[in-house]
Amino acid sequence: MTTLTAPPTPRPAARAGGGSALQQSLTLAWRNVVKIRHQPEALMDVSLQPIIFTVLFVFVFGGAIAGDWHDYLTYLVPGILAQTLMFATGGIGVALNNDITKGVFDRFRSLPIARSAPLVGAVVADVVRYATSIAVLLAFTAALGFRTTQGLSATVLAVLVGIGFAMCLSWVFVWIGLTVRSAGAVQGVGFLATFPLTFGSSALVPADTLPGWLQAFTRNNPVTHLIDTIRGLLLGGPVAEPLAWTAGWGALLLVVFVPLAMRAYRRRV
Amino acid sequence: MENTIEATGLELSYGSTRALAGVDLSAPAGTVLGVLGPNGAGKTTAVRVLATLLRADSGSARICGHDVATEPQRVRELIGLTGQYASVDEDLTGRQNLVMIGRLLGLPRPDAHARATELLARFSLTEAGGRSAKTYSGGMRRRLDLAASLVNRPRVLFLDEPTTGLDPRSRNEVWDTVRGLVDDGTTVLLTTQYLEEADELADDIVVFDSGRVVARGTSDELKHRTGAQTLTVRPRDRADTARVVAVLEQVSGVVPTTDARGTSSVPVPSEALLGAVFDRLTTQGIAVSELAVRLPSLDDVFFALTGHAAEESAAAEITPTEEQESLA
Repeated sequence: MTTLTAPPTPRPAARAGGGSALQQSLTLAWRNVVKIRHQPEALMDVSLQPIIFTVLFVFVFGGAIAGDWHDYLTYLVPGILAQTLMFATGGIGVALNNDITKGVFDRFRSLPIARSAPLVGAVVADVVRYATSIAVLLAFTAALGFRTTQGLSATVLAVLVGIGFAMCLSWVFVWIGLTVRSAGAVQGVGFLATFPLTFGSSALVPADTLPGWLQAFTRNNPVTHLIDTIRGLLLGGPVAEPLAWTAGWGALLLVVFVPLAMRAYRRRV
Repeated sequence: MENTIEATGLELSYGSTRALAGVDLSAPAGTVLGVLGPNGAGKTTAVRVLATLLRADSGSARICGHDVATEPQRVRELIGLTGQYASVDEDLTGRQNLVMIGRLLGLPRPDAHARATELLARFSLTEAGGRSAKTYSGGMRRRLDLAASLVNRPRVLFLDEPTTGLDPRSRNEVWDTVRGLVDDGTTVLLTTQYLEEADELADDIVVFDSGRVVARGTSDELKHRTGAQTLTVRPRDRADTARVVAVLEQVSGVVPTTDARGTSSVPVPSEALLGAVFDRLTTQGIAVSELAVRLPSLDDVFFALTGHAAEESAAAEITPTEEQESLA
């Protein structure tokens, strides 16, 4: 039995610490979304990236690669979609690193809340970034003449698969963000990881045009599976197999990096 | 009777730096424990251990009877923490900061808003509540930080250098708040580099130096430990200064010093000499506007205890930021 010597102070109406881990995570996700609303320029990277990538690849390489930029646009959109998602996931590492440096996490850690809530909250809030980049990409490419062929529900599914995979992948960057010391270094390490995965995929050219050793990498690259799934859902083609691969990779990322990130979080702050 | 804050033998090292080298602390309910010491003395580290942010290498600590190492969630329900660097979210408004914490603590949305309204009013932030915290002045930010640590009505409040960098007016506001909380039964642990602050607020003071407690006691006890008291006299008429000096020298046997305002001071062994000085001044017909025996300031005490001044050593020692980084 514990002895409480303090005179009884009034307690809050609800139990302190009575919120569920889910509600705590959603509250912290709300915090990140509010931050975006106060600072819309935080969405600048994810809004401009798809446009810049599309313009660069379609008009610079389109003629040379596909003979006609319009045909290349059709091939490229699923790839750019995945690629912008890959780059959008990197932001979370920088954001978390800043949060820790500023001391806000000290407050969270002194509250009776689930340990995972600040991290899960950050991952969930980034859905806004992913959705923005996809919306900008689809609107911009539609203006250039891109059309999906599989109907609205398949397109919605493609978007959801992309966002879901990005949420799994973002745990890698959560981990990096908590492990690496400065925000600048997080960005550097993030790019090193993102570049081979995005460019060494079927995003820009079909895998069978590549030399054998690179094909081996490209065919087993989770980003290739993601792109193939999205391509199938937007333009037709096999979906089940690449979708299974994508889901498997997503699950693997979670199994490996969620515990790593949690461990780094416990050590870091 | 168990103390609300009770720590024994806390030790913690960052690599080869011993931040805490066996610290004992205790505070009964409804009191203010002042932890006084220069930067790098281990004050922040001690607070972080008590607030469950750091684990001590050895030793134990209990808050309201709950062990910080084995029951951290229970402890977190009882405490509030205001860090050395205001840990509010600058991109959120004042109100959003408070609502967020209320929601994290499981308050339903209307209750979280009601609590935020109440706290904003209490800290004179009602008007600023809708603005993002990055537009706040240092004092406002600190008040918001304090408000944030009160959302759960903590039984124990840790204030880590709550007035560092604040102007005197904001500092007084923080002090008033702390006094009000203690009146309501909250137990407060306050770290400070300002001797005046410990003097003003703390019931008990512990003095830290290099991760150790080098002295403890009430402000008066600590002052008495260094011995000498100072008798000061200021004549109403500056022309009497020379006669005052003569009286002081006769009584104490020491040549007094006189400052620019005409106040003469002399060290005395006990306040009993006050009577003798008063009698002589009266018989000589010297009117005085100030006559007092002063205990040494905590500054003097700190110097006597540690062999160095509080502020001077601050720059030379490790700053808390470095301490935290070496953890990563």
